[in-house]
Amino acid sequence: MTDLAAPLTRASGAGLSPDAARARIRRRYRAEARFRLYGMLAVGFAALMLVVLIADVVNKAWPAFFETRVRLGVTPTLEQVSTDGKLERTSLMGGDYDAVLRTSLQELFPGVKDRASRRKLFNDLLSTGASAAVRERVLADPSLVGKTFTVPALLDDAADLYFKGLMTGRSERGGRGTLIPSATTGEITLTSTADDFSADLADTKRALAATARSLRREAERLLRSAAALPAGDERARLEQQAAEIVAQAADKEQRLAATGGAEPLDASEPSKLVVLDGGIIKLTSLGTNEATGIVLAPLASTQPAAAGSWKVVTLDQPEANRKLGDQQIAWLEQLRDKGLVERAFATRFFTSGDSREPEQAGILGGLVGSALTMLVTLVLCLPVGVGAAIYLEEFAPKNRLTDLVEVNINNLAAVPSIVFGLLGLAVFLNFFGLPRSAPLVGGLVLALLVLPTIIIASRAALKAVPPSIREGALGIGASHQQAVFHHVLPLAMPGIMTGTIIGMAHALGETAPLLLIGMVAFIVDVPAAVTDAATVLPVQIFLWSDLPEAAFQAKTAGAIIVLLVFLFIMNGVAILLRRRFERRW
Amino acid sequence: MTLRSTISAAALVIASVAIAGAAEARDQIRIVGSSTVYPFTTAVAEQFGKSGAGKAPVVESTGTGGGMKLFCAGVGTDHPDATNASRRMKKSEFDDCAKNGVKDIVELKVGFDGIVIANAKKGPDLKLTKEQLFLALAREVPGADGKLVANPYKTWSDLDKSLPNEKIEVLGPPPTSGTRDSFLELVMEQGAEKVPALAALKKADAKAFEKTWKSLREDGAWVDAGENDNLIVQKLDANPKAVGVFGYSFLEENTAKIKGAMVDGVAPDFDTISSGQYKVARPLFVYFKKQHVGVVPGLDKFIAEYVSDKALGEDGYLSRKGLVPLPKAELAKVRADVQALTTLSAEAGL
Repeated sequence: MTDLAAPLTRASGAGLSPDAARARIRRRYRAEARFRLYGMLAVGFAALMLVVLIADVVNKAWPAFFETRVRLGVTPTLEQVSTDGKLERTSLMGGDYDAVLRTSLQELFPGVKDRASRRKLFNDLLSTGASAAVRERVLADPSLVGKTFTVPALLDDAADLYFKGLMTGRSERGGRGTLIPSATTGEITLTSTADDFSADLADTKRALAATARSLRREAERLLRSAAALPAGDERARLEQQAAEIVAQAADKEQRLAATGGAEPLDASEPSKLVVLDGGIIKLTSLGTNEATGIVLAPLASTQPAAAGSWKVVTLDQPEANRKLGDQQIAWLEQLRDKGLVERAFATRFFTSGDSREPEQAGILGGLVGSALTMLVTLVLCLPVGVGAAIYLEEFAPKNRLTDLVEVNINNLAAVPSIVFGLLGLAVFLNFFGLPRSAPLVGGLVLALLVLPTIIIASRAALKAVPPSIREGALGIGASHQQAVFHHVLPLAMPGIMTGTIIGMAHALGETAPLLLIGMVAFIVDVPAAVTDAATVLPVQIFLWSDLPEAAFQAKTAGAIIVLLVFLFIMNGVAILLRRRFERRW
Repeated sequence: MTLRSTISAAALVIASVAIAGAAEARDQIRIVGSSTVYPFTTAVAEQFGKSGAGKAPVVESTGTGGGMKLFCAGVGTDHPDATNASRRMKKSEFDDCAKNGVKDIVELKVGFDGIVIANAKKGPDLKLTKEQLFLALAREVPGADGKLVANPYKTWSDLDKSLPNEKIEVLGPPPTSGTRDSFLELVMEQGAEKVPALAALKKADAKAFEKTWKSLREDGAWVDAGENDNLIVQKLDANPKAVGVFGYSFLEENTAKIKGAMVDGVAPDFDTISSGQYKVARPLFVYFKKQHVGVVPGLDKFIAEYVSDKALGEDGYLSRKGLVPLPKAELAKVRADVQALTTLSAEAGL
């Protein structure tokens, strides 16, 4: 007892009063609480970032999973779809199915007469792949030739973006007065009994005022800089420039001041379309209750339209900033008003290969390419990697040589992946003469990349099996090999599996080594064998992200989601397998 | 059991490797080269595949220089049939080709790509000259006494009072990009020639002159923004004060967000680039091996598809993809030359 008490007194004798000791304990608790807080904050922050990232990707990708189609009634004639007038499959293969759709659209818009507009109607609205739907139907059932049926015709990417609301903001409001059009085609005047256009006029004037203000500011800035300069050419030039800007501003201000007059709308201001009596008018100038405009789609009559039976559609993006002009949008609006436009899940995205037309591009090529590449990688590196790990861990003698091998394996795991690409180029392509862009070579290169990971993980897993298992096996007379293969290896399997999956996941996301062996490529056909030209998912993402078409940005995000799902499935399978094999001791 | 089956699967793969190594003949056209020409050649490749003339060609995006290396490595089905280039083939590359037996090369000039200097729609309208761009972006510019000094210009209005009083911040392609090379040659070199002190230097010391226009600022005024032009567009949209340098097709697709600056008084658009008024534009090329025509099935038909009116014409699908087509007369000449398989010769002024 006294022995125990003695150190305590000595401790307090060392200058630690009971109060100080309590304070120290409190401090230690506080430190621990702080550390926990840091941990929670870090985890919370990481989780938040993950949620933000995934939400952003999903949000961007959402439009890629849907496509817009227009249901067209078509009547393919024998002349159009058959190359030689016969109903044979071979003659139907080469038919002009575009012509079928062109005729159908033509019937929907009888007002479009001249060649240039007709070409616009067809080219700007429908995808180049739209006719495939007609072709499929006719090939499946040649008796359809001459009959009328409806097909969903795929819209072009720009039209698709318009309907998804990604091209321009769009708002509409009903008319309050009775609207009287002056004619049905050409340039017409619309007169309303109420001040229907005053809000639009006010909008335009506000924009005008803002422009005038910024011009004034710019002119003032120029004059200020000019004043700081000595008199001379430079100063005169600046002053003249300022004077020009002032003149522009004055012109705008004059237009603002004028009341009652009509205010012109041009292509750099938001478009205003009036939908009336089956027709569409693009407004070119505005008054309070009167507006003039150009008819984009002819009106049925000059009958006055009652309040509520007509509307004004405002497109926020000015015509100059859009890929589709007001004319094309008027056609699209008409198709929508006729109830022909439908939005559907884009199965095409999962069932077709790459394409330069965003609306036709699919992920299947990359998906199959990735699957084939991963198959080659797995089949090669699992047996080799596990075999190497077993030999090194269980059988190899401990000497300089095996130490060297071990150090090198660890080093290889840290080699940048592009180096493996160079190796693949030199060895597999140049020396062995294997085909470029093939999943086979991709798989070989990636196998080299993940081998060190698998060997290291497998050795750790083998080491973690309790020696008692091995010794027990040896004790009842098993050979060394039997002990390893029958007893140690099955128990190490979960760890090996984890290492393999980490390695495979790493390989799945690689693009750098594939660049050198030609897998960063545009490939339309979906690969069917490991020697066909193919690309992989991350490469597909990289290639799409670099294309100018706006619709490809959604496709990029969509492909990222497919890659993530592929990864989740892989990891899910691994966890399942691990659960099945897991033993506890 | 599972181990045995994996081993046999591995054996299978190794066997198929051996078979593939033996298989030679190729039924698919292979194209490598520039990422700038990639969007156009791929469109032709897809159309070619759809037309049923043969399997759609494989188009790799390797960059102009990398493509030339692969293209010139030899003749035969192990080597690509064509390469995309965002500049003309160099003499050294032509010689390299000849050394490896690639003697008959057909040059196809497909059209132009404008390089635009653009900023956000919300930002100020820019009217620049090449000289101003050089002075804004070169690492060293002539000082008051004509000697080279570190670039002192901080804002655009330091260059010219009529330009906005904003910090110079230009996002552009990294040194690995063909667009960067073209920007240096078309803007920086020509801009430097207009500066009197440097014009004198060019005569006195051509090497020092070259170094001057090839070195861009490293103090934050020029930012290497990566190869991805979409990224530059997004950054410009987010930062109205920044200016970006990229290909014309990206301006065309993003007119809602960004606008092109006038260079030497000309705004970049389809017509000004096509007519040659907008000077910051470069021709794009595709090179074919004549020796592969007739060996790789469909190559002649692919070339025909490329130069067809449907593709390369004024309303062709390539112009819808942002390619600025050749003027009519030049297109007719290019088409005739290519279809006659006229080969390049060293004397043609490479």
